[in-house]
Amino acid sequence: MRLKLSNTMILIIALVGIILLMGSVTGASFFKASNIQTMAFQMPELGILSLAMMVTMLTAGINLSIIASANLTGIVIALTLTYFLGPDMSTESSVWIVLLAIAAGLLVSVVVGLLNGFLVAYMEVSPILATLGTMILLKGVSIVLTKGYVISGFPPLIRFIGNGKLLGVPFPIILFFLCAGLMAIVLIRTPLGVSIYMLGSNETACHFSGIDNRKVLMKTYLISSILAGIAAVIMMSRFNSAKADYGESYLLMTVLAAVMGGTSAAGGFGKVGDLVIALVILQVVSNGLNLMRVNNFLTIAIWGIILIVVMIANYLNNQYQQNRRTV
Amino acid sequence: MKKFFSSYETFVLIAILLLGAIITSINPNFLTLENILDLLKSYSFIGILAIGVLFVLISGGIDISFTATATVAMYAMAVIVNNYGGNMVTAFLIASVIGIVLGMVNAIIIYYFKIHSIITTIATLNIYYGLLTVFSGGKWIYSMPTWFREFAQLRVFTLANENGGQYGLSIITLIWILLLVLAWFILKYTVIGRGIYALGGNPVSTERVGFSVLRLQLFVYSFMGWLAGIAGVVLTLLVQSVAPNSIVGKELDVLAAVVLGGASLTGGVGTLWGTILGVILIATMNNGMTLMRIPAFWYDFFIGLIIIISVSASAYQNRKKKKKMIAIEIE
Repeated sequence: MRLKLSNTMILIIALVGIILLMGSVTGASFFKASNIQTMAFQMPELGILSLAMMVTMLTAGINLSIIASANLTGIVIALTLTYFLGPDMSTESSVWIVLLAIAAGLLVSVVVGLLNGFLVAYMEVSPILATLGTMILLKGVSIVLTKGYVISGFPPLIRFIGNGKLLGVPFPIILFFLCAGLMAIVLIRTPLGVSIYMLGSNETACHFSGIDNRKVLMKTYLISSILAGIAAVIMMSRFNSAKADYGESYLLMTVLAAVMGGTSAAGGFGKVGDLVIALVILQVVSNGLNLMRVNNFLTIAIWGIILIVVMIANYLNNQYQQNRRTV
Repeated sequence: MKKFFSSYETFVLIAILLLGAIITSINPNFLTLENILDLLKSYSFIGILAIGVLFVLISGGIDISFTATATVAMYAMAVIVNNYGGNMVTAFLIASVIGIVLGMVNAIIIYYFKIHSIITTIATLNIYYGLLTVFSGGKWIYSMPTWFREFAQLRVFTLANENGGQYGLSIITLIWILLLVLAWFILKYTVIGRGIYALGGNPVSTERVGFSVLRLQLFVYSFMGWLAGIAGVVLTLLVQSVAPNSIVGKELDVLAAVVLGGASLTGGVGTLWGTILGVILIATMNNGMTLMRIPAFWYDFFIGLIIIISVSASAYQNRKKKKKMIAIEIE
């Protein structure tokens, strides 16, 4: 029998298996509507950050600065809000201030993206080093802006973005699917997407086929940074506060989600759809462990183990495919 | 002489001298023997880790799990010597064995499954640290045996300042210096050392020349683990307590020091001299900020800025060199 499984099929099988496993271990509480809704509220932050990580990995790069950039964006939004927002403000004018604050935050993301892109594309610094540098720098700026304190207390509109529902569907998950859908369209249907994949698989060939590698890299890091900015809005809304070192454990999780979704660290491969399935798997596992009251640090160790197991499975699968081809 | 003036290390040295001059002009306490010896003592921990990171970077890999390795090693060491007794030799021995084993785990995963070293070590960092925190319950260890405390007080030579306080070259700094000499010897005069440079330069040729990539990687990552274990003991000597969460998260600081010293992430490049300068630059900056009374929250900002400037400068130099080589080929 010839067995040929696509990555997507393997992920769907794993997802069904894990849902059944978690359901049988944790009992009925897992399938409750309220639990499913909890998951739908938790997934988007990590999901959008993972998209931000994935797009740079497609070009054989990495973006270590997404969390720092998201925190800085959140802090800028928070500072703008607290600066302009008076205690007795009409709802209408507060809407404008919220929009202004979000615009200011996203502007910061754009600047960060341009900086990363400039370093990687034009200065030819290796992505790990460039984004490591910006990560420390951005965290530094965040700490200087806040002196290390938490900024909290936002108007209802901001809280809606992370906690509200639209027609019964949690608003953040709508945002997430919007981002994922847009990314999928950009990657599959636009020249930019095709060049991103090509740049990741073979930089030289990409260059000689008439593509300006630098511009593609610049746009990639810009997209990554803007996605991190969108995640920042959801994060600050859900925490109802902003701080220089929130969510640092997300960095591992974003790499894990991207790699599980079949994105290769060497670049060139990875689909948005697979990433979404991988994210659902991670969310189900994390939720199940939480329902079983597993120690938080044990969960961290389990993420590490899953990451290695997934990488080993990928490697063995590749070996198997290659052996068959040579036969 | 011309080579000396055009090398990257010389730029770092000039940066340190300039920074030192500025700090001294604001606060003359900087350029005293006491302050410098004190700095050398407190930066031994980062200095020892930096040697290991340098080896990994030269071999073309990256390791960020060493903070977790150091934490596991020092925690186990502290628990064992507190409960069963022992002496300095057993303390170092326990930490070394744990460090080497954890380092080997990294090497085995990286070699046999061809998983990128950054992904492997991100994973093992979380596994080591997560499991340690689960088993230790996150508890701190505050008391160390008397002999352990006495060892930390030892000095190679002792001087006295005008107030009658004593200072000198600490035994902890001596450990760092001895490890530097050992690392220098390995890199310069052993087959394995040359093999590590070759591996970072071109893995395929390295294998064809007859090196075993497996053995080289096992050596590099277990050497990193061993140094992490020793650094764990050194940190415990410095602060006389063990906290499971005190150093995890600082791995990028050490990486920054090594990168500031001119090591490249693409492998094959990097010198011990540069790494020492990188550590000294970070120590000078940190100490200088305190002496110049700049609030501590500016620290990350300046470090980040310096890293970006230095990696851009060395990338720019590389690009210029590459262009020159192409020009020669055409002629």
